[in-house]
Amino acid sequence: MERIPILKMGPFLLVTIQVDLYDRLALDLEADLVQMVSKTEAKGVLIDISAVSIVDSFMGRILGNIASMSKLLDAETVVVGMQPAVAITLVELGLPLKGVSTALDVEKGMNLLRSIIQVQDPKEEDDDDDLIFD
Amino acid sequence: MFVNISTTLKKKKSEILELWIKNQLADSHSSEDLISNKELRGQSEEIVNALLNNLNENNINNSQSSDFDLLAELLGAFSIMRAKQGFSPRETGSFILSLKEAILEVLKQESADPNQLFEESLKLSRLLDNFTILTFETFIKGREEVILRQTDEITDISTPVIKVWDGILAMPIIGTLDSARTQVVMENLLQEIVNTGSVIAILDISGVPTVDSLVAQHLLKAVSATRLMGADCIISGIRPEIAQTIVHLGIDLSQIITKASLASALQYAFKSLRLEVRKTSLENKATTKF
Repeated sequence: MERIPILKMGPFLLVTIQVDLYDRLALDLEADLVQMVSKTEAKGVLIDISAVSIVDSFMGRILGNIASMSKLLDAETVVVGMQPAVAITLVELGLPLKGVSTALDVEKGMNLLRSIIQVQDPKEEDDDDDLIFD
Repeated sequence: MFVNISTTLKKKKSEILELWIKNQLADSHSSEDLISNKELRGQSEEIVNALLNNLNENNINNSQSSDFDLLAELLGAFSIMRAKQGFSPRETGSFILSLKEAILEVLKQESADPNQLFEESLKLSRLLDNFTILTFETFIKGREEVILRQTDEITDISTPVIKVWDGILAMPIIGTLDSARTQVVMENLLQEIVNTGSVIAILDISGVPTVDSLVAQHLLKAVSATRLMGADCIISGIRPEIAQTIVHLGIDLSQIITKASLASALQYAFKSLRLEVRKTSLENKATTKF
């Protein structure tokens, strides 16, 4: 069965969606991701949707759900690489994804996650340093 | 006395043409700079030929007859051309109406019997009136095409995206924001954000005359979409009157970063990108350094 890989990168989880998400796949991703966040105690989740060209209200809701669930497990969610058409569609659908942070690409998303976590946890800053590849 | 109206008119073709051109020149004061006399003569001759060569006793009552296809085509082409050249409707209308006068004038000279003259004039009038209507229809169609093209141009011209700094885009919006414009604005802005990898977009609305709840909603949409892309959106150029309207209408823009001028929006953008603008010391040239 098809699954979307969830990669661990230091304190973060990286999800790159390379295929168009159908409902079953999205639901599986949601479940897997929450499991992974809890297992790895990740501080941040980065979802790259630059390859997604079609989005519907269900997808929008799943993204919002993932963010809220991660938040409950104390992890920040950043969605990166959204295409213009997808952004316009989500806005027109009335899903502005409140509570989800966004960034233009993976690099900027990683920087954003780092800055959010630094702000939250200034003491851990030194521990995190060896995990940052600049 | 004439037996056959169409043959009579055919014989008098050159006379009609001369009379028509004389009428046109007497009638039009301003059109001379739009069309040369030579061109006018050429057009008139084509039309007179197309009309008189195809006119006969059978089709005089039927302007839809296929005999007049060529004439209709010519009239259409000329009136569209005139619409694009900027002729007034009166000038275009009198172009074909003065032909009627010329023909009736010639007819009057030829006929002695008032009854027959009246009958034939009525028929011809009806025929030519139909052609006048056709001319007008195509003239208006031509004008509408011009207007449509201009609307498109305005939409394109008025939504430029400017890269003000590395990572900062500005978009001055000029004119009223309706749904169609918002769509264009949003698409251009988002595409440019992707192309340049910008993280801050400034929407300057100093050129937007009024902001009502609909316009505000469109702005909110643009801001949300920019945010989804991972860029920040600042709205600048809010005039005092617009601030008043927004508050009076009860529109909530508190989620959006708003600045009074483009300068302060730029300042904010610099600050969030941790850039600094300062004067250099006097020994160096008076340039600003970042």
